[in-house]
Amino acid sequence: MADPHITVTDLTMAYGDFVIQHDLNFTICRGDVFIIMGGSGCGKSTLLKHLIGLQSPAKGEVFYAAQNFWEADADERVLIMRSIGVLYQSGALFSSLTLSENIALPLTEFTRLSRGEIQDIVSYKLALVGLAGFEEYYPSEISGGMQKRAGLARAMALDPEILFFDEPSAGLDPVSARLLDDLIINLRDTLGTTIVVVTHELASIFAIGNNSVFLDSETKTMLATGSPKKLLAESTDPKIIQFLTRGKGRAV
Amino acid sequence: MKPIEANNPQPGVGAVGLIPTDNSAQSILQFSGAWVHGAAIAKPVEALIAEFDSAQKPRRILLQTRNLTGWDSRLPTYLIKIIDWCRREGVEVDASGLPEGVQGLLKLARAVPERTDARRSAHGVSLLADVGKSVLAGVQDAKGLVYFIGEAMLAGWALLRGKARFRPVDMLLCIQDAGPSALPIVTLISLLVGLILAFVGAVQLSMFGAQIYIADLVGLGTVREMGALMTAVIMSGRTGAAYAAQLGTMNVNSEIDALKTMGISPMEFLVLPRLSALILMMPLLALYANLMGMLGGALVTVSAFDVSWLQYYNETRRAVQLHDFTVGLGKSVLFAVLIAIAGCMRGMQCGRSASAVGDAATSAMVNSIVYIVVADSVVTLICSRFGI
Repeated sequence: MADPHITVTDLTMAYGDFVIQHDLNFTICRGDVFIIMGGSGCGKSTLLKHLIGLQSPAKGEVFYAAQNFWEADADERVLIMRSIGVLYQSGALFSSLTLSENIALPLTEFTRLSRGEIQDIVSYKLALVGLAGFEEYYPSEISGGMQKRAGLARAMALDPEILFFDEPSAGLDPVSARLLDDLIINLRDTLGTTIVVVTHELASIFAIGNNSVFLDSETKTMLATGSPKKLLAESTDPKIIQFLTRGKGRAV
Repeated sequence: MKPIEANNPQPGVGAVGLIPTDNSAQSILQFSGAWVHGAAIAKPVEALIAEFDSAQKPRRILLQTRNLTGWDSRLPTYLIKIIDWCRREGVEVDASGLPEGVQGLLKLARAVPERTDARRSAHGVSLLADVGKSVLAGVQDAKGLVYFIGEAMLAGWALLRGKARFRPVDMLLCIQDAGPSALPIVTLISLLVGLILAFVGAVQLSMFGAQIYIADLVGLGTVREMGALMTAVIMSGRTGAAYAAQLGTMNVNSEIDALKTMGISPMEFLVLPRLSALILMMPLLALYANLMGMLGGALVTVSAFDVSWLQYYNETRRAVQLHDFTVGLGKSVLFAVLIAIAGCMRGMQCGRSASAVGDAATSAMVNSIVYIVVADSVVTLICSRFGI
């Protein structure tokens, strides 16, 4: 299991002169459910952008397996990006396309499947996220939670090796959030997908995460990496303990 | 009629006063009445603080309430000002005489200290800094334009090699939007422009009895200049701004990010269909606008002067040569590129808020009009220099 899938070394993220986080070092192994956590505004989403190729680092490297993501040429980078799926916070469905066209888009662009086969895959993916029968709806016609699930179906369209989730449970009711957590675990167990989740939902962090990085907005760097449960049990850093116990501090 | 006050009693008055005590070191500040929005407050907090400042400072202030009939945010905001003053002046404050709710809110408002760097300074930007900033922004803008044109050319090259990824149906939709849907407004505007040209010319030419040359004026004017120019102005408002708004909204909604992480180039998928649709449609629209313009001119000339349709037709044929059409249509292709680039670039660079989308549409429109007029002057200068 300890096969590194994404390795981040000495990563510094900045907008111009304004440093968001500096000197991040962590490894995401194959089959991990990796949590990026930290308080609001600490740069979790920015870190995600660096991992999925939307923003280039000010310093440092991101490796996918052994390949240096930001040094690779454009074609290689597109190849890497095709092996990942991203669920954006708002779903980011293409509003001018129906759900089935949304999910079919990566399939038509990157595979040689026939139209019928693509339709079958689309229906199957929608059924996986509990949206069977919504193929012909436009994103504006369904609720926010449904948009998010449809976004997940699109992210899974090409059976990616790595799935990134940006605040998956934000805006979902507790039951749907729990179902999403179950789905994430299921994907990891059945397909061996590596999962990277940006969240500050404690329930999910402990329920699904087996590895994590904790970002701090004051020192602008990571405070710890490792399994969230282990961090709670063993960490001596008051910030981490406070975060993982909803501010209660360690029960002595 | 019943007075309104009967249903809606006048809100009360909030009073505040210093109560003298035996102990000169301690003052009691007493609040009474209604401290709610809409109530009249007897003394503004600034006046009270000024009073404190002028008098001898007490060592300790006890805040208390008496006969307080109601309070909302107004009381705590008043109190915070006083407490802040006391802190600055080193006066001890005792809030224990206040209702528990007020005490709790005061504590809450002080729980997280103000971040020293969070407050933006309202002033202090000098004129020089402003000038510098706008110059830097201009440089950034120019860089963005060059970068965008480069990207667009790469996407165009991919299209020529047949490797561009976009949905043909999107392209057809763009063509419909930039072509046939624009016909009514192009008809109206170019017909009227032809009419105006004819009237303007008629005033001068009829003085010499040379009304027949209105056909020359209108023909050359529309074909070489006005047809392409007016179509471009219409399209920059109709389509260029729409492109900026569409792409801007997609940016706000992270749809463009989603495309990028799918490994699909937004330049190929979104910009290319729009750019090529406009390049394909603009010359056709300009050609149609030429026809409409000449028709407008003919309407005026035939109805108001002693010129027949056939005479007008023959005169136009004599005056307008094929190379005049080439100039006009060449211009319209150039304008199409400029409009599409301005629109798509502003859309792709759009920020992530609702007002940013509006700004993108506005600046797309303004930019394309500027580009069009500048390009038109340059082309006209070149043409007259080479006698085309």
